[in-house]
Formats: sequence, C-alpha cells, structure tokens
Amino acid sequence: MTRLPRPAAIVLLALLALLAAYPLYGSLLFPEKHAFLLQKVTGIMILAIMAMSLDLLVGIAGMVSLGHAAFFGLGGYMLAILSPQYEAADIWVALPLALATVAAVSAVIGALSIRTNGISFIMITLAFGQMGYFFFNDSRLAGGSDGAFIYVMPTVEIAGVSLLNLESKLTFYYVVLGAFVGAYLLLRMVLASPFGRVVQAIGVNENRVRGLGFDPDRYKLVAFVIGATIAGLAGFLGAAQYGFVNPAMLSWHQSGQALVMVILGGTGTLFGPALGAFVLELARMGFESVTEHWLLPMGLFVIAVVVLLPKGVAGLLLQLERKPPPEAEDGA
Amino acid sequence: MSADDSVILETRELTKAFGGLVAVNTVSVTVRKGEPHAIIGPNGAGKSTFVNLLTGHLPPSSGRVLFRGRDITGLPAHRISRLGIGRSYQKTNIFPTFSVFENCRLAAQSRLSTSMRFFRPAVTLAEVNRQAEQAMEQAGLATRRDRTAGTMSYGEQRQLEIAMVLATRPELLVLDEPLAGMGKEESERMVALLKGLAAQYSLVLVEHDMDAVFSLAATLTVMVNGTLLESGPVEQIRASQAVQDAYLGDGAEAY
Repeated sequence: MTRLPRPAAIVLLALLALLAAYPLYGSLLFPEKHAFLLQKVTGIMILAIMAMSLDLLVGIAGMVSLGHAAFFGLGGYMLAILSPQYEAADIWVALPLALATVAAVSAVIGALSIRTNGISFIMITLAFGQMGYFFFNDSRLAGGSDGAFIYVMPTVEIAGVSLLNLESKLTFYYVVLGAFVGAYLLLRMVLASPFGRVVQAIGVNENRVRGLGFDPDRYKLVAFVIGATIAGLAGFLGAAQYGFVNPAMLSWHQSGQALVMVILGGTGTLFGPALGAFVLELARMGFESVTEHWLLPMGLFVIAVVVLLPKGVAGLLLQLERKPPPEAEDGA
Repeated sequence: MSADDSVILETRELTKAFGGLVAVNTVSVTVRKGEPHAIIGPNGAGKSTFVNLLTGHLPPSSGRVLFRGRDITGLPAHRISRLGIGRSYQKTNIFPTFSVFENCRLAAQSRLSTSMRFFRPAVTLAEVNRQAEQAMEQAGLATRRDRTAGTMSYGEQRQLEIAMVLATRPELLVLDEPLAGMGKEESERMVALLKGLAAQYSLVLVEHDMDAVFSLAATLTVMVNGTLLESGPVEQIRASQAVQDAYLGDGAEAY
C-alpha cells in the first residue's frame, strides 16, 4: 500500500470532517438522543482503532488472529487495576503502564504463536485469547466474572494543572477522535517504513522474504506487538468511557467482531476496517431500532456486503479511481 | 583444502533424506570463482533439493556446505542470503502485487544492517533505491519500473526474479532453472542476460536446456537419482561414456 488514490482520500477526509463536526450538528439532528449518540460514536471510534490494529496483523502481515480482544481487554483491565477505588488514576502513569503491559504480554504470546501459519495460528491465538478471558473471569484480580468499575476518569494534568477534563463527554469524544486519527497516521507511517515494507511483503510471500535475507519471524513478532499495543490503547479508552470492565472484553466474540469489521471494511487497507467498524455498528443500531430480532437481518446484511463487495467497503472507494489510462505500450 | 582461494562453494558428502527416500546422496561438488557451474540431470535427480540445501531452504541430513571456506551447513535461508549467496527459484517467486521497482527495492533493502526502522519512509533510502535501479537496469527491466509485477509477461517475471537476486548484491548466484517454461525468444533473451552475469558473478546454474548449459557453463556436474555421476570441465563431461549412457544418451532421456 502506497499513497491513497486521490478520490478515496477526498472521501475519507470528508468523512473525517463529518466526524469531527458531529458534536456540533448532532444536537440539532437528534436533539433528544444527542448524549446517547455522542457516546455511541465515541464507542465506534474506539472499535475502529481496534479494527485497524487487527488489520495490521490480518490484512497486512497475513496473520489471522482470533485472540486480538485479549489485548483490547487487557488494556481496559489495566486501567481498572491501576485506578485507586473512588479516585482518579494519573493518565501519565496508567496509560504507559497499561500499554507496556500489553506489549510485554503480546510479545510472549506472539513469540509462541508466530511460528505457525494459517489455521494453526488462528487456533493458537484463539486459545490464548480464551486463556486471557478465563484468567480475568476466574481470578479475584478485578471482580472476577462480575467485572470491575472505574468510578472516576483518569486525570490529565501537568504540574497539578488539569489539561483536559475527561469527565466531559465532549472532551472525551475529541480525545478518542485524536487517538483514532493518531493510530491511523502511526500505522501509515509504520507501513511506509523499511519495517512496514517487509511486513507487507510477508503478507504477500513470506517464503520469498526469507530468501531475500530477512528473518520473517522477527518482523511478524514486532508487528504482532504493535497491533496488540494499539488494541490495548483502544481497550484502555473503552474502559475509561464506560467506567467498567468485564471478561467479555477479552472474549472471542469481541475478537470475531473485530475480524468482521476488518473483512467487511476491506483487509489490508487500514482505513477500510475503520469504515467497517462504522458500517457494522451503525447497521446494528439501525436493525436494533426496527426489531428485537435484529441478529437475523444483521447476519443477512453482513453476508450481502461480503458477497457484493468482495474487497469490502474500501474496495468500493478504491474503485473510484480504477480507470487506469490504457497500458502505455511497451518500449515507448 | 579450503585454503584454495579460487573455491567459492564446496559441498562435502551432502545428503538429504526424506524418510526412506534419499533425494541427495553424498554429493561432493566444488564451485570455483569465475567458472560458471551447471548442474544437470533428469527430473527427480535431486537438483532442486540440492539447491535448497545450498541456500538453507532445507537442512541437510548429513554432510557439509562451505561458502568461501566457511561452514554454512544448517544456517537458515535468510542468513545464507546475507552471507552473499543469491538464489532464484524454479517457479516464479516474486511479490506479484508490488511494482517491479518495489520488488527490487525490497531486495536491496535486505542488505541494510537492519530493517527494524519505523519512522523514515523506505523510499527515501537513496542507496537502496540506487541498488534497485541498477538491478533493474542489469536485468533489462528499466522500462518496466512501475508495472505491477504480476501483470507482466512470464518472461519478464523471470527477469524480475533475476533482478531481485542481483539487488541483494550477491557474490554467488544460484539460479534454479531460469529458463523453465520460456518460449524460444524469451529464452534467447535470458541466455544473453545470463552470459553477462556469468562474466561478473560466480554462478551455479541448474538447467534442463542443454544448448544453454553448453553455451554458459565451464564446469558441469551431472546428477542421477540423487547421486553425483560425474563432475568436471564441460568437454570432459561431454566425452564421458557414463554420462552418455545415463543422461545425454541417445535423446531418449528419462524425462
């Protein structure tokens, strides 16, 4: 993946502008549901961060993981564990510590998983994910199967001066938006780097990468840790938003949902999985508002998208430019 | 033995068994600098397995591989590549969704001390770009720079295969059937390319096309059923009765 084609970039920037301005027009469009929808969109952006981080593994490095939610959940649990009861955690301590923990745990899990490929990798990551789930479900560390509350948002202060009040839903919305855009730009930067090029090549033809003199396992491991850590960031934000963590955050349902977002949105494009998160969640909201049997139309919807858009929502956007000039004749 | 500076690659009783099948059986070969070395033999003779042993794509069951006098037996493929053995594949093995340039650029990038660099865009590495451009030039692909590799003709993809090897700046080229599946015209172009390479690099060539072999190689090794039948200068092999009987024969080869 190199530079985005112009039309796709324009559409994405327009969507981003819509998202950034949402708190302004949302209250006009849906006056009585504004608070709820603002929360909802914040939550979708958090899921979009997770979906993009999973795309690094699945769509780019070719490692289909069914245990990604373990890192999402761990990031959230770290905030719960690091927050003193009824008091605020210091974000400058809690966030780095949470991310470092996720990175360390993912390095161990990754080192044990990346030597396998295909189905075996899916099964191993699934197994590790479920181990994480049962670890928090069965231990007394943070409320066991009941989960744990985070009563107060972390503080963001420098020298005792509060920079941001995360208790404000509006502020938190923009913090998450910043994290979302930041995660995207970070991943784009990494993909353009020498490291990222190797990881992309591994996704296309791992054996050839080895033949060229790269040790694929090292690059896969680092990609795995980067993806997991970004998922951990999403989990941290999710836990802060809802003020609550429970083992379901780590469950394979959560991993599977992220995978559906990646596939629906278009694997390997980064922005596609982010769009996938919006499409899936907005569709869910739509069906939920019409019928309580929303899972059935939801399933049909997912099938329809996958059948009609084999390259996902992103494929649709990228098609905007697929009118290449007739192949310049050779030797010209 | 390895004090001999002219020897670039040497195998000693190299053996690979897959279960009960001995694909390569105690093969000892010496490759010298500046003497293009072709390995021939009927299908199933163990040539490709032999190449995989040389380049670390398979670990040998026993025996040794020495590169410039250094024991490289059992090293993984990526380490061997970094030591200076560049290998091309019998079946086209490229990154079909990448541009020709990106294929070569990535190959050249493999010579950085590490690619664990996360911030600067890869395309701004001037020296890597230069090596990639040069490799495309050498392989006759300069005009295809921005083509998506998988959309090129088969012959061009084979050229790209070579260009990627060259971009890794190898000392020794190990080319596994570079002419496989090519039409007459494509073959001629490839042979011309290989002749140019034979003058610049040490070369091990596995090939079926006898015309190409005789026009390129100085030394021939003949393998049959996993064993080395004979190895020596081209003229000696051509005159060898054993080789005549087993392989070059009366045209009714064991293909």
